[in-house]
Order: sequence, then C-alpha cells, then structure tokens
Amino acid sequence: MDRSLKLLSFSAAMNVIASPLKPADVVPRPSGASVVEARGLGLTFKTNDGPVQALTDVNLSIGKGEFVSFIGPSGCGKTTFLRVIADLERPTAGTIHVNGMTPEQAREARAYGYVFQAAALYPWRTIEHNVALPLEIMGIGKAEREERIKRTLALVNLSGFEKKFPWQLSGGMQQRASIARALAFDADLLLMDEPFGALDEIVRDHLNEQLLQLWARTNKTICFVTHSIPEAVYLSTRIVVMSPRPGRVTDVIESTLPHERPLDIRETPEFLAIAHRVREGLRAGHSYD
Amino acid sequence: MRLRFAWQPVLALALLILASFFPSMTMGALDAEANPTATVQVPFDGTSTLISLLLAAGAILSLVRLPKTAEALILLVASFGAAWMLVSGISGAEGSALAPFFLKLAASWFLAWRAASVLSNLSPISASARTLLRLLVPALFGAWVLILWEAIVRGAGVPFILLPPPSAIGLRLVSSVPTLWADVNQTIFKSVIAGYVAGCGLGFGAAVLADRYGFLRRGLLPIGNMVSALPIIGVAPILVNLLGFDWQSKAAVVIVMTFFPMLVNTIAGLSASGHMERDLMRTYASNYWQTLLKLRLPAAMPFIFNALKINSTLALIGAIVAEFFGTPVVGMGFRISTEVGRMNIDMVWAEIAVAALVGSLFYGGLALAERAVTFWHPSVRGG
Ligand SMILES: Nc1ncnc2c1ncn2[C@@H]1O[C@H](COP(=O)(O)OP(=O)(O)OP(=O)(O)O)[C@@H](O)[C@H]1O
Ligand SMILES: [Mg+2]
Repeated sequence: MDRSLKLLSFSAAMNVIASPLKPADVVPRPSGASVVEARGLGLTFKTNDGPVQALTDVNLSIGKGEFVSFIGPSGCGKTTFLRVIADLERPTAGTIHVNGMTPEQAREARAYGYVFQAAALYPWRTIEHNVALPLEIMGIGKAEREERIKRTLALVNLSGFEKKFPWQLSGGMQQRASIARALAFDADLLLMDEPFGALDEIVRDHLNEQLLQLWARTNKTICFVTHSIPEAVYLSTRIVVMSPRPGRVTDVIESTLPHERPLDIRETPEFLAIAHRVREGLRAGHSYD
Repeated sequence: MRLRFAWQPVLALALLILASFFPSMTMGALDAEANPTATVQVPFDGTSTLISLLLAAGAILSLVRLPKTAEALILLVASFGAAWMLVSGISGAEGSALAPFFLKLAASWFLAWRAASVLSNLSPISASARTLLRLLVPALFGAWVLILWEAIVRGAGVPFILLPPPSAIGLRLVSSVPTLWADVNQTIFKSVIAGYVAGCGLGFGAAVLADRYGFLRRGLLPIGNMVSALPIIGVAPILVNLLGFDWQSKAAVVIVMTFFPMLVNTIAGLSASGHMERDLMRTYASNYWQTLLKLRLPAAMPFIFNALKINSTLALIGAIVAEFFGTPVVGMGFRISTEVGRMNIDMVWAEIAVAALVGSLFYGGLALAERAVTFWHPSVRGG
C-alpha cells in the first residue's frame, strides 16, 4: 500500500538534491530528530568455540545530519554495529531504532545506503549497470536512472568508465563505483564500512573532501567506519571510539571543528588536539588486554 | 647455405635410408621380380622411387633456412603427396605391404608433424590469418589420423569387420545419406532434443523450487543421487516397456539422465553468489525474485552451462542406447545394433561418425553460448 508513498517521498528527496546547491555553511544542521537510537544494545554471536560478545551495552543516539565516525582496533564490533543498523544482524540485547522504526522497517523503507568493506560489484554488469542495480530494484524509470547514474558517477570521478566492467578497473575505482551505487538512490542515511581503506592517500584525500561536500549540501546522516585517526577527525562531527573483547563504546568525542573544512585544517592545533584525544581513547581501550 | 635443424626431418631422412635397404615395398613386387614373365599389376611400379625422392627433397629443403611459410608449404606438399601415393598405390594390394611402406609412411608423418609445429609457431599479424592458423593445425592433425588409419589398415590388411578404412566409411556415409538422415531425424531431432530440453528444463525448475523450499532440497537430492546412479541399461528397457517403442520412451530415458545433473549443478550455482553480494540485495529490500534474477541466476550461469555440456553428451548416449531395447525400424541406435548383426561395420562407423559430428556441433554451440553468457567469469575472461 505504501509503495506510492515511498516513491513520493523519494522524489521529494530528489528535489532537494536537484535544487541549486547552497553553500555548505548556510545549510542548517538540525539535531533534534535522532536517526539512530541504540539503548543497551548487545549482540553475542554463537560460534563453535563458544559465544563471542561482538557488542555490549552500546548507548548511542545519532541525530539527523550528523557525521559519526567509528574507530577502534580490529574486531571491536564496528562492522557489526553498522550491520545491526542495516538489519543485516539481529541484536541479542537492548533496543535500536532507525528513523524511529525497527531496523527491519527501515530497511524495507530503503532508509539507508550501505557501502561495504569490499566493492561487491557484480562482474556481469558494467559500471553504469551496477550503479543502476538499486534503482532497478526500487522501480525507478529509465530516464531518471540514466540521469542519476550520470550524476553519481561524475561525483566519484568515474565519468567515462560507464561501459567498463568492474574487473577492468583498479581496486580504488571499483570502490568509488560502489560508493556511487550507494549514493544513486539518495537515501538520507549512509552507512560506510571502511570505504576508503584500500585507496592511496591522494585519492583518499580527494574522496574525503568530496564526501564532506556531499554531506554538507545534502544533509545526509553518515555513519563511517575507519581505522585512520586523521580521516575520522577530518570528516566527523562526532567520533565514537570502540574497544574489543567485549566490543563496546569507550569514548564519544564531539568535534569542535567548523563545518567548512579545507584539507589543510589537518595541520591546525585544534585538529591535532582532537586527534590526540582520539589516540588517547584508543590507547585506553587497548590497555584492557 | 645455412641450416636449421629439427628432429623430424632428420628422423624422416634416417627412415628413408633404412627403407632403401629393402628391395621392395610390397609382396606383389617381390613376386614380380621372382617371376618376370608374369603380367601382374605391380604395386608402386615407378612411384616407389618417386615417393622416396619427394620425401627426401622435402626433408632436406626444410633443413635449409627458408622463410617459415615456405618451409611449411614444402613440408605439406611433400608429406601429403607421399601419403597420397602410398595410399593410392596400396589399393588393390591390401595386406601385402612390407617394411619400406611403413617406413615411408612414418617419414611422411614426421614431415607433416614438422609442418604443424612450424605453423603453430607462426604469429601472423592479421586476425583472419590467425583464425585460419588456429583451424589449420587441428585440421592437419585430424587429416593425419585418417591418413595413418587408412594406410595402416590397408597396408597391413586388417580385416574389414575389425576396422574398415575411413575411405570405406566415407563412401558408405555418402551412399546412405537418406538412411542416416532418417536416423538422425528420429534419434536427434525427436528423442534427444525433446528429452534434453525437458530434462534440463525440469532439472532447472526443480532446482529453483528446491532452493526456495528447503524440504524439497532435502528430499530431492538423495533421490536424485540414487536415480543418477541407476545404470541406463536397467532404466532403458523399463521405460521402453512402459512408454512404447517410439521416440517418447527414448526422450524419457534422456530426461532421467539429464534431470539430475542439471538439478545438482543449478542448486550449487544458486548458492555460488557471495555473502556480501546477497547482503547488498537485502539492503535494497529486494524481493526473492529480484534477487534471483539479478544476482543468483547470473552467478549460477557457469554451473548451469556445466550441466548443459555434461547433459549434451549424456543425452546422445542415452537416446542411442535406449534404442537397443526396441524402436521402430529407424534411429541411430537401432541402425548400429542391426548393422553390427549383419557385419556391416562400415555402416556402424558411419553412424558413429554422424553421432560424433552432431555431438561436437552441439557441444561447440553450447561452448560458444557459454562464452557469451559467462564472459565475466575469471575462467573465461582470463583466457
Ligand atoms: N558472523 C559472525 N559469526 C561469529 N562471530 C562474528 C561474526 N561476525 C563478526 N564476528 C565477531 O565479532 C567481533 C566483531 O567483529 P566486527 O567485524 O564487527 O569487527 P570490526 O570492528 O569491524 O573489525 P575490523 O576493523 O577488522 O573490520 C569479532 O570478534 C568477530 O570475530
Ligand atoms: Mg569491519
């Protein structure tokens, strides 16, 4: 019954993006409605070697328009947390709401775009058809599909590679294509699991800048997993530091950096101070084992 | 003059020298020498020396550093010319060949071998020449299998009912085109095609259902393994009794044989897509059919084509063997079983040749389709 409704709200969202771009600093950043709301969240995997506590007692509220980074050593549950938000894993304790709905309802409502740790492009589809995949599934018409493919591929600097197959591109280009795919259907929430992990510094800088611009002008909420402290500090409004065994949140750091962030903000004392705090948080987590 | 050594021409020359120590190529020529007044037709009267000269000239010229194409051409002319004279010379004197006949045959074969290896080392620039070469080398190989078969069977006088020479098979094939066509029509176009399409289609459909409903998979797979282990020799007569002599019973045998390879392969293929790829579909809230069509079936295609190829062979065997157990008086299996009884071994071979040709064409067509559909698979795009 709500299919048409879904499409309606969809095209409304599209209008926002299609309207002339406003400068980043004028966009208001409302913080009232929370997009992700986790209370006492826990997830224990049952494995053959006994239970693995991937997440314990996670309390987190992510407001609309926030850019939240998750950082922490390997195995601390960053991926698991994103997967719980995405309804790819079921929590075993506590509650979680996405846009006020259960994760399942949110997924059914196509509330988020997910960028996996690997590109996961379908090798039998060209780049443009890979980007078209979610659009086809969501029943978006051909003309609009083409328009969006063109726009999102341009956004990740892949114009001209539409007709290539994924295996004809470098790993970094594949990852950019997968980002384009997640952007194509313009969900308000982006879940990104180490999307730039495999890329070289320069490309990474460039994509960080572009991601920030995209976030600034679209008012998307972004959950971003990374292993890089500078990347986390540069991008985020808030940094969630996690630690393993059992996986939990050990620190949440509010960024005091302005919304307008040129790349060389990374040399300012303010930036370095935040980076230092993140590093301290990570150390504290490590000293547990 | 600079030389370029290769072992085949050198060996060919050695064989020719060895052959020159024998007085005669056939027993007929020996008789004629012993009894010069008799007016029998002497095999290789005159051509014996010509064959040796031709082969020796080819071998020596190929050792000279000539352009590769010229060398290949010379070798081909010498080897095929000598083979032609050997085979046509022995006709009428089958079974009387002596050592030099076989030595010269071996020498011409070595020259052809050298020609093939020269040709396969050529790397022409134009694409059409490359395609031609890719076809030429296997064609050479096939031609020499036939030449050796023909010359050895005739030279050594192998009894016709043991192994007829390919020329006799060829003649029989040409002279019985209407019969062969009727057999192909009955066996291939009725039994095989119907059974293959139905067996593969049913196997595929059952696999999709079994994938959707776990209890079906748990029930079908063990039964499938059991049925596919049943010997066709046991299944065929039962189905012939059940469904009558005409093509329907043969198609049923083919269905039984092709159903389970397709079922098992498709089920395996449907789970071939990665976790991340499937999670991706889940994040789009894609429904079952969308995921099936856009992810799992494309990912299953290499498996499905595998089954199609296995089944193309099984279907042909199944239909032919099933005809042994009763059929109207037409069909490839029927023809083979009756002509064996009548000692018409050349007709049996003609049917075998037709079956091989049809089978290869079918398989080749499938392989081409596979390349077109699974172009993205590492095993295809790599090579
Ligand atoms: N499907 C699963 N079954 C069992 N255990 C799992 C499963 N997925 C994750 N785990 C365990 O849960 C813990 C957290 O894993 P997770 O993938 O969330 O870590 P991560 O923080 O993303 O690590 P990385 O930085 O290496 O990606 C790990 O100990 C892991 O072994
Ligand atoms: Mg991870």
